[in-house]
Amino acid sequence: MDGVALIVSQVLNGLQLGSIYALVALGYTMVYGIILLLNFAHGDIIMAGAYILWIILAQLGLNPVIAMLLAVLGCTLLGVLIDKVAYAPLRNAPRLSVLITAIGVSYFLENGAQLVFGADAKVVPSFAPVSSIQVGGLSLSFVALVTVLVTAASTIVLTFLVQKTKLGKAMRAVSEDMGAARLMGVNVNNTITFTFAVGSALAGIGAVLYVMAYPQATPTMGMMLGTKAFVAAVLGGIGSIPGAVVGAMLVGFAEVFVSAIGLSVWRDAVVFLLLIVVLIVRPTGIFGRTMSEKV
Amino acid sequence: MEEELMAKKRPIISTGGRGGAADGKRRSLPMPARYVINALLVFVVLAVGELMVDGGAITRYQTSVLQQVGVYIIMAVSLNIATGYLGQLPLGHAGFMSVGAYGCAIFIMRLSEALGIGARDIVAGGPMVALLVFAGVVFGGICAAVAGVIIGIPALRLKGDYLAIITLAFAEIIRVVMLNIDDVLGFELTRGAAGLTGIPSYSNFLNVFLAVAIVCFLVHTMMKSRHGRSILAIRDNEIAAEATGVNTTYYKTLAFVVSAFFAGVAGGLYAGCVGVLQPANFGFMQSIEILVMVVLGGMGSMLGSVLSATVLTILPEALRAFSDYRMIAYAVVLILVMIFRPQGLLGSYDFSLSRVIERVMNRDFPWKKDKGADSGASVEEVSADGR
Amino acid sequence: MFESVSRRQFLQVSAAGTALLGLAACNGGSEGGSEGGDGASTIKVGILGPHTGDVANYGIACRNGAQLYFDQLNADGGINGKQVEYLVEDEQGDPTQAVTAYNLLVEQGVVGIVGDVTTGPTTAVAQQSVNDNMPCVTPSATAAEIVTYGDNTFRACVTDPEQGRIMAAFANEQGYKNVGTLYLKGDDYNEGVNNAFVEEAQALGITITAEQSYSAGDVDFNSQLTTIIATNPDAILAPNYYEDDGLIVTQARQQGYTGVILGVDGWSGVADYASAEDLQNCYYCCAFSSANTEGLAAQFTADYEEAYGETPTNFCALGYDAAMVLAGGIAAAEEAGLEAGSDEYLQAVIDGIASGSVEGVTGTIAYEGTGDPVKSSLVLTFAEDGSEEVFETIDASA
Repeated sequence: MDGVALIVSQVLNGLQLGSIYALVALGYTMVYGIILLLNFAHGDIIMAGAYILWIILAQLGLNPVIAMLLAVLGCTLLGVLIDKVAYAPLRNAPRLSVLITAIGVSYFLENGAQLVFGADAKVVPSFAPVSSIQVGGLSLSFVALVTVLVTAASTIVLTFLVQKTKLGKAMRAVSEDMGAARLMGVNVNNTITFTFAVGSALAGIGAVLYVMAYPQATPTMGMMLGTKAFVAAVLGGIGSIPGAVVGAMLVGFAEVFVSAIGLSVWRDAVVFLLLIVVLIVRPTGIFGRTMSEKV
Repeated sequence: MEEELMAKKRPIISTGGRGGAADGKRRSLPMPARYVINALLVFVVLAVGELMVDGGAITRYQTSVLQQVGVYIIMAVSLNIATGYLGQLPLGHAGFMSVGAYGCAIFIMRLSEALGIGARDIVAGGPMVALLVFAGVVFGGICAAVAGVIIGIPALRLKGDYLAIITLAFAEIIRVVMLNIDDVLGFELTRGAAGLTGIPSYSNFLNVFLAVAIVCFLVHTMMKSRHGRSILAIRDNEIAAEATGVNTTYYKTLAFVVSAFFAGVAGGLYAGCVGVLQPANFGFMQSIEILVMVVLGGMGSMLGSVLSATVLTILPEALRAFSDYRMIAYAVVLILVMIFRPQGLLGSYDFSLSRVIERVMNRDFPWKKDKGADSGASVEEVSADGR
Repeated sequence: MFESVSRRQFLQVSAAGTALLGLAACNGGSEGGSEGGDGASTIKVGILGPHTGDVANYGIACRNGAQLYFDQLNADGGINGKQVEYLVEDEQGDPTQAVTAYNLLVEQGVVGIVGDVTTGPTTAVAQQSVNDNMPCVTPSATAAEIVTYGDNTFRACVTDPEQGRIMAAFANEQGYKNVGTLYLKGDDYNEGVNNAFVEEAQALGITITAEQSYSAGDVDFNSQLTTIIATNPDAILAPNYYEDDGLIVTQARQQGYTGVILGVDGWSGVADYASAEDLQNCYYCCAFSSANTEGLAAQFTADYEEAYGETPTNFCALGYDAAMVLAGGIAAAEEAGLEAGSDEYLQAVIDGIASGSVEGVTGTIAYEGTGDPVKSSLVLTFAEDGSEEVFETIDASA
């Protein structure tokens, strides 16, 4: 393998990792944008998606396409359910209370999964049709290519949804000013539910791609993934869709770069350091808007 | 009407001429007497406890559980400073604990080696050992406080969620550093994932609970001082506090650093209880467990922190068979408390023996239908809640 | 204003006093039926390990193995006519809990402990148990220093460096000239094996083309694998646990690497974590395999499957052997006619283990002056359907 091939492979590795972070980060950014909630449980929705895939593929042995659809659907429902059960009663509560609740939900899902499925990793049978493809003498990972393409498509659809549809307009209105939006006849509760549904569906897609690349489900897999994706969302400027994607790519490439130069053990530290530096230099992130606090 | 106004406006002044005392004047305990009573009580509890440990009435297993209780009380009380009093949500408290634990353990190991004190001498005790342990624990606290300054200054520029996530990030960085620092430095300090082993067991019932008493005393006096009130003011409304002349940056950092310091102290004692330190034991889960203690007990209530730390440490021991369900129960408790009683089980209520004695002195019992009977207790609930 | 400052903090300390009372209630932690068989008719032993939490797999496997041995022993009449009563304690993979659970076992009067299982808690227990001179046999903790705290701790498995040397010798024998490694950094086990392998391999004239590492919890090894594969190795050593190794094998194959991948005993169970196709051309060394059809191993596999309804792993076998080692020591103490509960008894158990030799399911286990055993190993590979097969047996190095 020559130098060019090495660089191409590493770039693809970075794109793949960044794409998965992007799908998760989009969910974070949407929920945060609308109700200013750091949804700690978002990463764990991916974990749930991975277990759904495991149940369907490994236990029931159904068709991968059905598995993928059910995983996305399951994640969507779980996201909405979490909102209804845990967050909706606290719509007007102090932010700290909601944040602690979110941590509680995350903790609940992780430990619930550990109780039900056990602590050891569950292997999801591979459902990628081929493992690698040859392009001009290069051996590229099929899964990586699919991941990048699906993420790009999802981002475009999401941008269209938010910018061009009526529901998207309602979402933007609620995030701008919940009270005013209500007065203008926007059904705030439905809009929030819809936001959770979209964010969780993206997490479901993320789960499918994640499991395709790393075919295991563990109870705590969502924790680090979720944290890194949140870092990505904050880096890009929370509430901003392009910001989430850019931030995720930044994190993905930073990780691959650090590993490639042989410092993989410092990978997490580098990502968090990046976050700290960005937050100190530009507290609202790369694409973030500055908001002044009123008394 | 006027009576009620009095109660609202000057509730803290207990010699208001009300209450059940026969001569019409409310009797109160002088300050020194309060100190003496409480100090005596602590002395008696510690002495009785130590005698029971020595005499074998408390077995070795129970002692080791009790030491953990003490460590977690300090952890909860210290996190309560940042969460309950300052109103922030740091998610990396275990990070400070690990800095303190490593700092203290390395300090004591190196120094005892240099001074020629063996592991057995440390267990045996003596004035020299007591001094060494005291210095070590304080050193651990200082290490954690330094980490607190490094983390606090950038982190406290941010608010709420950002602060939560940045402290989480810092705790992760601390963990990674503890894991890999030896490779960078080229000599043995934390010994990475293999863990720092062979730490002499310098913690015992007496020094752990003495530390608990001292920490509770210091935190209490700080919170009742001018500085403490500034911290509470920031929690209640940061902008208003700033407008009234509170140096918010200074006090936020102060609260954060003090919180880190005591977490370091707890970490130092923890190292002496366990004898081995591994970075993996100070992860996010550990931080959450301490947070659960504070939230459950009541953010802003020291008694709440102490009680819930005690219960949440002993309960899993008593229910060893159900340890699978412990974590999930924590999660459910956290969610339910937030939905139904966001201020925690005790809210910001704190217990005061002096107050009880005063009531007895004044024959001011809750079951009496006396109008001003509850003036003493209501104060705290009014003053510290309102968030 | 003065009056407002009521000093109440000390009172909170009295809450600590309540803890004393509360503790009275927490005594019932693990009765485990220890009330029933009092007197000289039973011998109490402890089984300590993580049975819940992140590393529960290993703890449960070891526990099951040890329980199976003691059950069989009891069915055969026990030791010296006395039944063995085992008390099981869970430590959740946490050193603090391990020390607490250890104290609990000691207070219940055990004469020996099978455990602990993972390195951190085992170290904590080893440091504590020296003071009591309590015989401990760890089935699986491989870090070198565990047996250095005192003479009372033994292990049933071989150490990390030993496994590294075995695989280096294997690589040399197979004629691999260039080998890259990918290991978990920040873990004794993985680093220990890797370093020993690299040292031994270089001494044997093998070129180490790339040494890459990752940190705990990583699932993406593509970047490191790209770097390693770029050096065109004959073989890649992945001395990690099976969950990671499964991912490494899968991702290496995804990147188009078809060469040899080597592993050590952490691979036990990897067959469920990567496809049969991907596992072709993989070799690892291990103490036990359920595919081993020879001698005691086959009998153990059958017994274990009957008792628990699942195929035993390496850890199950090591748990079984650790229990056997401990029972051997206790038998020696019983033969000497000593009374349980005395210091002489414990010392006799330790001496019994140190001087004895047992035929375990993972080979003959004997100790030569240290707590480290001298025993043989297997090299395993995978059949086309993904099942394990024994490639060769490597005898104990002298």
